[in-house]
Amino acid sequence: MDEAPAPGLRIAVLVKHVPDAQFDRHISSDDLTTVRAESILSELDEYALEAALQLVEAHGGAAAGHRVTAITMGPAAAVSAVKKSLQIGADDGVHLTDEALRGSDASATSRALAALLQHVGPFDLILTGMASTDGETSLVPAQLAERLTLPQVTFAASLDLTREDSGWKLAARRDNDTFAETIEAPLPALVSVTDQINEPRYPNFKGIMAAKKKQIQVLSLADVGLQPDEVGFAGSWTSIEAAAPRPPRSQGIVITDEGDAGIRLVDFLAGQKLL
Amino acid sequence: MTTVLVFLDHPGASLAKSERELLSLGASLGDVAVALADDADPAYLDGVGSYGVQEVYRPDGAVSEVLVAGKAAFLAAAVRAAGADIVLLGNSYEAKEIAARAGIRLGSGVITDVVGLSSDLTATKSDFAGSYTVDCRVTTGVPILTIKPNSVEATEAGLPSPPREVRIPVELPPAAARITGRVEKPVSGRPELTEARVIVAGGRGVDGNFGPLEDLADALGGAVGASRAATDAGWIEHSAQIGQTGKTVSPQLYISAGISGAIQQKAGMQTSKVIVAINKDADSPVFEIADFGIVGDLFTVLPQATEEIRKRGL
Ligand SMILES: Cc1cc2nc3c(=O)[nH]c(=O)nc-3n(C[C@H](O)[C@H](O)[C@H](O)COP(=O)(O)OP(=O)(O)OC[C@H]3O[C@@H](n4cnc5c(N)ncnc54)[C@H](O)[C@@H]3O)c2cc1C
Ligand SMILES: Nc1ncnc2c1ncn2[C@@H]1O[C@H](COP(=O)(O)O)[C@@H](O)[C@H]1O
Repeated sequence: MDEAPAPGLRIAVLVKHVPDAQFDRHISSDDLTTVRAESILSELDEYALEAALQLVEAHGGAAAGHRVTAITMGPAAAVSAVKKSLQIGADDGVHLTDEALRGSDASATSRALAALLQHVGPFDLILTGMASTDGETSLVPAQLAERLTLPQVTFAASLDLTREDSGWKLAARRDNDTFAETIEAPLPALVSVTDQINEPRYPNFKGIMAAKKKQIQVLSLADVGLQPDEVGFAGSWTSIEAAAPRPPRSQGIVITDEGDAGIRLVDFLAGQKLL
Repeated sequence: MTTVLVFLDHPGASLAKSERELLSLGASLGDVAVALADDADPAYLDGVGSYGVQEVYRPDGAVSEVLVAGKAAFLAAAVRAAGADIVLLGNSYEAKEIAARAGIRLGSGVITDVVGLSSDLTATKSDFAGSYTVDCRVTTGVPILTIKPNSVEATEAGLPSPPREVRIPVELPPAAARITGRVEKPVSGRPELTEARVIVAGGRGVDGNFGPLEDLADALGGAVGASRAATDAGWIEHSAQIGQTGKTVSPQLYISAGISGAIQQKAGMQTSKVIVAINKDADSPVFEIADFGIVGDLFTVLPQATEEIRKRGL
């Protein structure tokens, strides 16, 4: 009889579809939600995806039974964040979409993602970006870890997995202002990664072709066992009352150095009472 | 009476400016109690007491080896023990995460990056790299707010007095990430970036030589910051990075030298009061947000300015 192969790692990467920061970004005056124009896969989530792919490659790849699943929650268009992830190298994708999710804050987003991860899991490792480039709260990873009672390693600047008799163990480094920490955790765990961890790869032609055959599972709230009032505006614990574009900085003075610009700078600072 | 619980982390020898700001903000909203996860020097505790704090909640056991989850469990327990109506924390990554997890434990909304707070607890923050100002509120649970440094004025402290210590039991999560090592980074002697009144920041144009920036920063009593291009090149430590994935700063004066002004850099500095930019390229986007721009070479402009400041005896 053949020996049963060791079960592969199942890694979930949370990818968010966000407005492209290269263009002006807006908040809708109707319901104070983000206007979803010219959106992309959040650049900071590409580091999480790259980390997942590198971990799998370091431990025998897909042949060893490891699997990377790209997961997003958001409106219909958000699926393109998953598609891009499949092109880059994720094996399959999941998209949670429902009209009732509109207006979700971090608490509601983490509730929906927790239900989703439990529904499609179990996962050995959940990887996220350090922050979404639109909301920028960095709350979702910590809240997910709390909801799923998982060990949390956030802002990892390096990440390694080793296999021990007792199971997989992860080691990470994170940098604080005044110190650097090394961290260990058993799997399953949730890890958010910074932009210091790696250099994300681009999708290549082969990846783009291969992605066409990969599966994307589309799920609704009911599929993951949530009621509409548990998420979205109704299920959020914070609300946005008002949003106003900041008046653009008024055009300042620009001078060209003619040998005395350093002195003119000091004159300017003195005039502004900044010395 | 409203009870405000202020969470303090990594206590130093005495209260830091941002900690005095938190305690002052708390005192303007109600009676302040403090939750302190780690052991602190008596002088630090006296300082806490000088802001009228009578009770300091401490965990019964060590919570710090367990990454975030331990402190979050402690904070949630302290909120219950103190019967707190409002919770205030600093705005470090770690503080935000402690707030995040405690929020789930307590069923409370969390607002981060707060720069203003009205008496009815409407919190103001900026969004989209500082291009929007947003007012928000916690609608469920005890409001948990993380406050950016320099957002409120620290009031004068009263006489130092030791607060009463209240130990509370904390149940740690079964499986957790553990901190296995910690290496302290060298301290620069310059002000902390997020608290500095003046920042001189350099980018790729600095070409490995931060000397002229350090000299100007020292003449102005300021801190030295950097773009990601400069930190990635290893010319200065990563903790000096300003921008989307680095620090967000809003000093009185930000002097940008040899930085092009990419959106990710602007995200961290465009709410500065006055922005000065020095760049060789007149078409550099940084000039769009500069109050005073100089098209020129930083290696001549900066030393000249430093010398002039010294000459004027300022
Ligand atoms: C996900 C993500 C996150 C990022 N996060 C950040 C972040 O947090 N912070 C950040 O800064 N960047 C960040 N970036 C990078 C950002 O996009 C830019 O690449 C970076 O800010 C460029 O740095 P720079 O302006 O120093 O370099 P460059 O864009 O190369 O500009 C150098 C400038 O120096 C000028 N110069 C050269 N020599 C001189 C001289 N002698 N005197 C005067 N001027 C001179 C040049 O004219 C040029 O304008 C991020 C990017 C991504 C994708
Ligand atoms: N709607 C979403 N879909 C998928 N992942 C998300 C979503 N929102 C947040 N995340 C993940 O959580 C991280 C931090 O987001 P945030 O807490 O919003 O700053 C992101 O980098 C993503 O990995």
